[in-house]
Amino acid sequence: MATTTAPPEKPVKVVEPGSGTGSRTTRLLGLACLVGVAVLMVFAFALTEADLVQQDVVRMIYIHVPSAIAGYTGFVITAIASVMVLWKKSMWWDIVAVAGAEIGLLFTGLMLATGVIWGRPTWNTWWEWGDVRLMTALMLFLVYVGYLAYRRVVPSADVRARRSAIIALVGVINVPIVNRSVEWWASRTLHQQSSLSDGKLEDLTLFTLAMGFVVFAMVFAWMLIHRFRIGWLELQADTVGLQAAMAERRAQMEADIDDAVAHPGVSEPIEGGSA
Amino acid sequence: MREVWAVAGKDLRIEMRSKVVASQVLPFAVIVLVLFGLALDADRGTLRSFTPGLFWVTVLFVAILTIQRSVSIETASSAFEALRLSGTAGWKIFAGKALAVAAQLLAIEAVMLLGVVVLYRSSFEDPVLVVTAALAATMAIATAGSLYGVLAVGMGVRDTILPMLLLPILAPVLVAATRAFDDGLSTAAVNGWAWCSLLACFALLYAIVGGVAYAVVLEDA
Repeated sequence: MATTTAPPEKPVKVVEPGSGTGSRTTRLLGLACLVGVAVLMVFAFALTEADLVQQDVVRMIYIHVPSAIAGYTGFVITAIASVMVLWKKSMWWDIVAVAGAEIGLLFTGLMLATGVIWGRPTWNTWWEWGDVRLMTALMLFLVYVGYLAYRRVVPSADVRARRSAIIALVGVINVPIVNRSVEWWASRTLHQQSSLSDGKLEDLTLFTLAMGFVVFAMVFAWMLIHRFRIGWLELQADTVGLQAAMAERRAQMEADIDDAVAHPGVSEPIEGGSA
Repeated sequence: MREVWAVAGKDLRIEMRSKVVASQVLPFAVIVLVLFGLALDADRGTLRSFTPGLFWVTVLFVAILTIQRSVSIETASSAFEALRLSGTAGWKIFAGKALAVAAQLLAIEAVMLLGVVVLYRSSFEDPVLVVTAALAATMAIATAGSLYGVLAVGMGVRDTILPMLLLPILAPVLVAATRAFDDGLSTAAVNGWAWCSLLACFALLYAIVGGVAYAVVLEDA
């Protein structure tokens, strides 16, 4: 595991071009994700019944709710990894943090998009400015857009890891606020209470929703593994580049010394000097 | 606490001498209030009912400038390094910087309150609530801003990245402060003290996180 205090001294293992970020396990996991999504779609759109009030729009729940949970999970992973960055000063955890944030942002975006689409036929509006759940979710999304934008403008990997860890730890405060907002400010939201805790879901609906959680968890894991490996390869490429530059500089210095020993008394004139 | 007051006093003395906030940021706040009046077509009823929101949006804009100023006086002459070498604990530097920003913001808000009375014809139905909400919201803005201000140190894009990082974090403060002012100015029937309590929670939360994290960030500043 590399540390943020200094680049690793020993040469790192260079990944062969074309080998990618996949492995036998991730390919199997990816295949399971594809099958899982297909089965989930069959259950969501064909086997479950339409709601008496919401009609077919209710099917959005099988994507919307697991997306929300996956988004929260991504941000919580980022927060845990950020604590580890500050504690262990580890680049390994920094890569986990950015992977969690990117995937969390993707699923939060999906949650917002499906929520907006669901809101139009259900609440007769795409967006409700006074709705505390919608606003807090949008703010959560923007906090992590800022987190990722910040990471792109800090050139030093060490400084980036430490500073962005603090931003992630402040940002994760919003996760429980978004999640609990429908209970804390029940009078200021059109959003329904928790779909699972109100006990109104039928057996097949509940089963399909549970399947949605499992499938989204698998997709989340598959993305996290690949995003982590991409980050790790980027770190290796940077380290290899640094080692190559240091070796080139060392060779140049040795050549200069050899030259000075072979031709004593001959020195280059000092630029701008009077001698 | 002596170090906290020393850091705060240093920042306020620099401001008293340079008068950047007084001569540039304060006029900017008044200009924004006037522009809102122009944009809303001088409809006094609308202006009066939207005063809390317009007031706090303006405060957020002003806070960005004040925080950038607070950071730039440290970076311009490598003063952060001197602060580090002074041996003062990170949380004390943070508290001093946040207090100085809060003091400047409160001074600007006092002038802005006068501005909304004159320009928008707003009236204070509950002055105690208005003052308490302003104090709590300003502390929340100053503590979060002081932490995020130093996070943006050392980057060429500091001026653009700071609002992007800070404004979403301050959105709950904007909502709570607006609701508390709604009650204090009688523009809406809400429980302003409940929102005021939420503001105090945010101020405390950001102060704790900032106090703990500032030393880590200061190492790289």
